[in-house]
Amino acid sequence: MGVIGSSIKRREDPALITGRGRYTDDLSLPGMLHAVIVRSPHAHARIVSIDAAAARAAEGVVAVYDGRDLVPGGEIKGVPTGWLLPDLKVPVHPLLAVDRVRYVGDGVAVVVAESRYAARDAADLVEVEYEPLPAVVDPAKATADGAPRIHDEAPENVAFDWQLGDREKTDAAFAAATKVARLKLRNNRLIPHAVEPRACLADYDPTSGELTLRMTSQNPHVHRLLMHLASMGLPEHKMRIIAPEVGGGFGSKIHHYPDEAITAWCAINLKRPVKWTATRSEANLTDAHGRDHATTAELALDDGGRILGLRVETYAAMGAYLSTFAASVPTYLYGTLLSGQYDIPAIHVHVYGVFTNTTPVDAYRGAGRPEATFVVERLMDAAAEVCGLDPAAIRRRNFVPPEKFPYPTQVALEYDSGNYEPALDKALELAGYDALREAQKAARDDPKKPLIGIGLSSYIEACGLAPSQVVGALGAQAGLWESAKIRVQPSGSVTVYTGSSAHGQGHHTTFAQIVADKLGIDPEQVEVVHGDTEKVQFGMGTYGSRSAAVGGSAIATATDKVVAKARKIAAHLLEAAEEDVVFDPAADGGPAFHVRGVPDKRQGWGDVVLQAYLAHNYPDDLEPGLEETSFYNPSNFVYPFGTHVAVVEIDRETGEVRLARYVAVDDCGNQINPMIVAGQVHGGIAQGVGQALWEQAVYDDSGQLVTGTLLDYAVPRAHNLPSFETDHTVTPCPHNPLGVKGIGEAGTIASPAAVVNAVVDALKPYGVNHLDMPITPEKVWRAIHLKGAL
Amino acid sequence: MFPARFDYHRATTVDDALRLLGEHPGAKLLAGGHSLIPMMKLRLAMPEVLIDVGRVSELKGIEREEGKIYVGALTTHAELAASEVLAAHCPILAEAASKIADPAVRNKGTIGGNVAHADPASDLPAVLVATGAVIHLKGRRQRQVKAADFFTGLLATDLGEDEILTRIEIPDLHGRSGHAGSAYLKYEHPASGYAICGAAAVVKKNADGTCAAASLALNGVSATPFDAARVCRELIGAPLDDAVIRQAVNDHLHVGDPLSDVYASGLYRAELAKVYGRRALRLARDRAR
Repeated sequence: MGVIGSSIKRREDPALITGRGRYTDDLSLPGMLHAVIVRSPHAHARIVSIDAAAARAAEGVVAVYDGRDLVPGGEIKGVPTGWLLPDLKVPVHPLLAVDRVRYVGDGVAVVVAESRYAARDAADLVEVEYEPLPAVVDPAKATADGAPRIHDEAPENVAFDWQLGDREKTDAAFAAATKVARLKLRNNRLIPHAVEPRACLADYDPTSGELTLRMTSQNPHVHRLLMHLASMGLPEHKMRIIAPEVGGGFGSKIHHYPDEAITAWCAINLKRPVKWTATRSEANLTDAHGRDHATTAELALDDGGRILGLRVETYAAMGAYLSTFAASVPTYLYGTLLSGQYDIPAIHVHVYGVFTNTTPVDAYRGAGRPEATFVVERLMDAAAEVCGLDPAAIRRRNFVPPEKFPYPTQVALEYDSGNYEPALDKALELAGYDALREAQKAARDDPKKPLIGIGLSSYIEACGLAPSQVVGALGAQAGLWESAKIRVQPSGSVTVYTGSSAHGQGHHTTFAQIVADKLGIDPEQVEVVHGDTEKVQFGMGTYGSRSAAVGGSAIATATDKVVAKARKIAAHLLEAAEEDVVFDPAADGGPAFHVRGVPDKRQGWGDVVLQAYLAHNYPDDLEPGLEETSFYNPSNFVYPFGTHVAVVEIDRETGEVRLARYVAVDDCGNQINPMIVAGQVHGGIAQGVGQALWEQAVYDDSGQLVTGTLLDYAVPRAHNLPSFETDHTVTPCPHNPLGVKGIGEAGTIASPAAVVNAVVDALKPYGVNHLDMPITPEKVWRAIHLKGAL
Repeated sequence: MFPARFDYHRATTVDDALRLLGEHPGAKLLAGGHSLIPMMKLRLAMPEVLIDVGRVSELKGIEREEGKIYVGALTTHAELAASEVLAAHCPILAEAASKIADPAVRNKGTIGGNVAHADPASDLPAVLVATGAVIHLKGRRQRQVKAADFFTGLLATDLGEDEILTRIEIPDLHGRSGHAGSAYLKYEHPASGYAICGAAAVVKKNADGTCAAASLALNGVSATPFDAARVCRELIGAPLDDAVIRQAVNDHLHVGDPLSDVYASGLYRAELAKVYGRRALRLARDRAR
């Protein structure tokens, strides 16, 4: 086995697990000030007045600014939304609210002080008079007559009204159907909960006019570009953004929030470094939330359980403002995935993006694809019930067969490759499906035993974001390629500069493996550099399970260019024609070039590299040095898939649900580091199980976030989970040089449906056909004992 | 953490702490800090003065004397869970302590702080009521209050502003009068780890297997530990089979004004009280000798 495919330990871990990771909040600069943002306690209110006199007079306070201070000359600068849909309503999202607040947590003022304590104390002294307005928090109610209007630009609270697929064809399919499965689904609103809260440290040099911003970012170049274009207007070459260690993101650190612009503005205005770090409560109120859909979905089938058509209508909450990629998530990352693993001849989806008086919603691990999988996989179980088929059988009957690839769906994607049935078979075998069904039957008849439920989820995702031409045409306003630069040092060690910005994914390990494998050198000879706009030319960042498929492909391509250049040098040294020289990374005695058919006529890799720099007798057409760059643009998305099986046990008396087993068979193509793949699968499953059973951002009718702390908002913990049983199939991606797909989101995409299907399966004897997430014990208890009175 | 400004004093002895309490009306005592400090971080509590009793050695330790166990107020949950004295003579307290939160909280949180804070979803109060524990308080004088009388409301106790909870006295459950069975069962909130319902049961059997004595108290379902004395009166003298326990609980365990929140309604908690009460009584019965 080569270096690719081996489970070498994560090189980044020794520092992180011994507490030596340096995160943004760990950093301090001489003369540094601290910012605390005063936030609205109201979900919707008019700002009558702001009196900061007492705060300004408080000990240690250097300045207090409100929304009007940040708009000298009256031009309101705001944070932009990046992905545009036709007729998208884009209300201004000011850095600090100017006349109206629209969610609890909306910033109204910033206090800058010599210490964080002083800033926090003074924040309480800023007197803001509000005139409360009625609020709306439920996406299903936001468009109703009489609902409070959140933005004048969107009178019905509708940010967009978007459709995909063929409505007439779908209507015809339903007219022809003999069976219909129908569900009303809520996809619960989630709070990302990265372990490290968002933070930034702005440092401005008034002599050079340069701003250095260290911040929690998944994509520093994108942040710099957005700050240049919209919120700050500083020239890009005068802005340096550095992402130090970043402690998780799950999407929440993609977006451009007002907070980093406010902090930078304070640093520029005060000519001193300023740091802002969210508290955990503040993070829960202001990190872009995930999901929050209200959906009605129907599946049309024939008597044999063949799918004829799918119809979906979704109200997707945008929150109070359009976050950076908000509009893309419930549209092109959701509607396009509604064919699942199935050959569905007619699909129509209608999505309303609606404003609510809540924290803005944006990409959160999986971003649209978990919502789509939830719709499709819940419907498949409902359809199995309607058709009297086993859930495995109805899936098998409708899979896109292997001979149909590449498979164009009815919702704009072309699946490049897939082979779904072997993954299902493997998952069923690993789970012992038939024996589980027997055990389920036996348990049903014995009131002393817990109810057993078995849930399947055969998911697909489109990731490796993204083919630039495609996403550009869909409104992204940017291509989603990735860059890589490979610098070979004279002594043969390698520095890799990648635009993919790691925050827990293991780039230092897997990216080094790619280069080491191709060059035949030890991964320890490869250093990976990322997360700094001054070191890396440009990068699109890390999200959408794109790091291996796009960032890794860029590295592979750039490494190939390095080999090609080195081959020219080797040919010169070997006095052979370039086309006669071959590179053997696995040669005896180390990687070497040799003349084809004459292995003894060789030049070792190290000698060639050294000569690249000691060059003194080169021909005119050969440049010295060994450094190559690649901007890799994928030709398609990648399409990982798999089948997961959840087994739950339910306490009949209390409704408590225990996840007894969880089996996952995933196909992410070739695996660079199987241990890291397994880690991603495990973490993703845990997060998805969290959504299914525990997590929910609950707003009361007045718009207060009721589950705003970890005392109320339950993230999954190790003791709530069984040890997952994972396996894989390998269907390499046909269109990227590594044959890799993505795996960072797969677990989160698959598992909510698997768990909910399992619970509903267990409750079949009670006539239950659906329960909304999170499935709390009380919901189950009511379903059993109060006959579904929820 | 960014609490409001406060002054800090460290007490060296109980008398020193009492003196400081006298000097600073409204001061809060700091023990393990695992209830108080989170509230201060959220600025839900803003005491002007903290008196740290965390190093007052006379408040530490677990001792057994003449059929009684004395647990110092500063004893941590981890120490309770690991105590050989408790394992041998009052295992239910160790069992409940082992189910509190996570190891970090158990290593710092103390029984005195826990009981004085009187969170209705906390694990220890019902155990103290079910075991017939007595709370020892010291102010200008020393006094003793039965656990059942100590908890007076939501986050409210009989502890005076000028008093310190010094230790807790618990009867030896495995003493000369027989080996009572005891059990603490808990349904924990998935976020906080606090009890949505926690049931503490102690059962003593006669030689013929009938019930000699029983007690059952519940956490998490009402503002103060719910004392299911009516259920237990019903059990005395009765054979302790499952049907009898079920009947007694169904007929007599009615939580009048159950707590309710976004996670679990009052209706559901009242039902949980019955299920967990029943199960705790059954387990305690099985453990009685």
